[in-house]
Amino acid sequence: MTAQASLERLVAGAQPVVRDSTDKTQLLVGIATCALAGGADKMLAALEDAIEKAGLQDKVEVCKVGCVGRCSLEPLLEIRQPGKPPRMYVKVTPEMAEVIVRRDLTGGEPIPDWLIDKGERTEVAGPGHEADLVNKFTRDWDHLDFFRRQFRVALRNVGRIDPESLDDYLSVGGYRALAKVLDEMSPTDVIACVKSSGLRGRGGAGFPTGLKWEFTYKAQGDEKFMICNADEGDPGAFMDRSTLEGDPHTVLEAMAIAGYAVGATQGYIYVRAEYPLAVKRLEIALEAARQAGLLGSNILGSGFSFDIELRLGAGAFVCGEETALMASIEGKRGMPRPRPPFPAQRGLWGKPTCINNVETLASIPPIILQGAEWYASIGTETSKGTKVFALAGNVENTGLIEVPMGVTLREIIFDIGGGIPDGKGFKAAQTGGPSGGCLPAQYLDTPIDYESLREAGAIMGSGGLIVMDDTNCMVDIAKFFLTFTQDESCGKCTPCREGTKRMLEVMERITSGHGEERDYERLARLGKACQRAALCGLGQTAPNPVLSTIRHFRDEYDAHILEQRCPAHKCKELVRYQIITEACVGCGLCRRNCPVHCISGEPRKPHLIDQDICIRCGQCYEVCRFNAVERA
Amino acid sequence: MLSDTERQEIEREIVHYPRARAAVAEALMVVQRHRGWVSDEAVRDVAALLEMTPDEVEGIATFYSMVFRQPVGRHIIHLCDSVSCWIMGQETLLEHLQRKLGIGFGETTADRRFTLIPAGCLGACDLAPVMRVDDDLYGHLTPAKLDEILERYP
Ligand SMILES: Cc1cc2nc3c(=O)[nH]c(=O)nc-3n(C[C@H](O)[C@H](O)[C@H](O)COP(=O)(O)O)c2cc1C
Ligand code: FES
Repeated sequence: MTAQASLERLVAGAQPVVRDSTDKTQLLVGIATCALAGGADKMLAALEDAIEKAGLQDKVEVCKVGCVGRCSLEPLLEIRQPGKPPRMYVKVTPEMAEVIVRRDLTGGEPIPDWLIDKGERTEVAGPGHEADLVNKFTRDWDHLDFFRRQFRVALRNVGRIDPESLDDYLSVGGYRALAKVLDEMSPTDVIACVKSSGLRGRGGAGFPTGLKWEFTYKAQGDEKFMICNADEGDPGAFMDRSTLEGDPHTVLEAMAIAGYAVGATQGYIYVRAEYPLAVKRLEIALEAARQAGLLGSNILGSGFSFDIELRLGAGAFVCGEETALMASIEGKRGMPRPRPPFPAQRGLWGKPTCINNVETLASIPPIILQGAEWYASIGTETSKGTKVFALAGNVENTGLIEVPMGVTLREIIFDIGGGIPDGKGFKAAQTGGPSGGCLPAQYLDTPIDYESLREAGAIMGSGGLIVMDDTNCMVDIAKFFLTFTQDESCGKCTPCREGTKRMLEVMERITSGHGEERDYERLARLGKACQRAALCGLGQTAPNPVLSTIRHFRDEYDAHILEQRCPAHKCKELVRYQIITEACVGCGLCRRNCPVHCISGEPRKPHLIDQDICIRCGQCYEVCRFNAVERA
Repeated sequence: MLSDTERQEIEREIVHYPRARAAVAEALMVVQRHRGWVSDEAVRDVAALLEMTPDEVEGIATFYSMVFRQPVGRHIIHLCDSVSCWIMGQETLLEHLQRKLGIGFGETTADRRFTLIPAGCLGACDLAPVMRVDDDLYGHLTPAKLDEILERYP
């Protein structure tokens, strides 16, 4: 029997939780980290309770799914009913859940005000789950900007299936790519397909994935390993967490495909211990896949064997770097070593090893099933396919999105992200975390791909996209990132250890009003040394946030250095809060709110701030209703 | 001395790897799960079990920020001090916590109720500012919300 026939048997017997072929009403509740932090578990309990009280248990099914990306609107409750448009309730509290059961489910009267689209969609959306491998989700919701602009390949199942159910994954084409590979493709065929898809590593460096697989395939070795890098330590990044929480089997399937292609029979997933839910779902998925013969020996009767172990990272950012990660798996201090030799030549325990990021892997099954040409047709000339971004910071719709390469920052931040909250202005977008850079408004219309971001002084990075409004001080931000890399530097190589420390000293002088004009040159020199001579990517990219902000926000540096002034009033040593005697009515609000009790004054008489005690927290400025506190 | 349970749990980790020492981080986490922290004695015991020198194990223990080499409080507050949280007002929270609990990063309250630890990005930037208390994640924090949450951890 072929692997595909064995798989068909599994699919035929599958009983997916989320499905279209049912006459029951399905309630999809997002149960991911973001939803749980928003109280989804309490809402779920209230929902189930209300359903039981209403006697609807036989007509209604509650399904737990991953995060659809609208994290700031969690907890979400999506109702799917045969013949009716899907409805998505947002920010659902336990009390609202009860009302929804009563009015919508029992009474047949949806509550437009609580819906994400205010009930705008009235017709039934296109055909159901089975029709398409990708974009299932965005199709249902394409009347909303947030979803219409997206193109979901890696995230195709996240939020659409129950991540703890293998049957759900099977029902949306899961493991079909693996079966196809095992039946119809040689390892070199697989490598050729991934190569011509143009897929590049999504973990940060952007190395062509097919090429990496080919190197490992060609390397000599009696044993080879396949590793999935799920360490995701980049500040501002949560793409991999969401994928693992919402669709863990995708990663397992892709690892088996990669293992087959490169000649590995053992895989490791290195995942941060800070992601307990992802770990739990991976464990469940591994067990189910083994039980079903989709992992382990003789997968689907094909003769190919491959198994996967989980390995937890214990809180060191540098362990995300591939050579450090492997040292960590071997039980050594997670420190990088010089490359070459590359992991493909000498990796884990000295054996040829292929290491890929979660999102890279999640893109593999659709590429195998829909073909390299299809994938290569998405995106730009040099950057093919789609990219997942984690939107955070001063942006209305924080959350997770996937877009075709080549869209602009403006589309991401304003069309999908809904713009800057509180009527403030856009100042910068930070991509690539501590290895990346800050891009000002004039780059909003640059198409996003690996090359154009690099030219602009930033990088694609792993996908963290932090939006900053005009109240942020870019010098302070650059200092922040440098503090981070300085902290996380493993200390092994001098350029990184000393270079980041010296740069940080300069930045601290500048933000405390003791900068000099010569500091520009010092920073440039130190930065260049670090970029050239550091051992690993951490040090090589550490100067980027400083160099990119100097390039794009020179006027802010000038204000700090030449005028000892912080235009955004963020650098504490350069701000002063003062009470304007004429405006102060002596209401005492500032005095009561001051955390260090440095404001004095009698009722109805002007108050005074003791500058020696003031910690410049700005509370008085925030609370004053008479604009009597001045910030300079 | 490692307890029997600890020893068994560590041995269960070892079988996953071709070499025993590969399980060293897991072994330290096993001890920490049972005792809250990893003492010098525990470092020596783990070393003996994995056929490593105590110095090697110590090197690992101090490398990873999640391994505690000092006794900690009953509850651990991990306040994210990474960029998204910082942009969204983490500093105010930190000041509030420090004042309220009278401790700074890396310290434990006198009544051993809380230990405050800075966390790298918790991967929940969409909810910034964020903290984790023991295993529970809390987002969109404000000083008032913080007060209310800490009440739940006696
Ligand atoms: C300091 C540092 C941290 C890194 N952290 C991660 C990480 O958390 N996740 C990841 O996939 N790659 C990370 N990388 C990149 C990896 O070294 C490696 O390039 C990547 O895992 C390869 O997978 P890909 O080709 O699929 O992108 C990091 C690199 C450096 C220098
Ligand atoms: S920066 Fe705090 S969770 Fe990411």
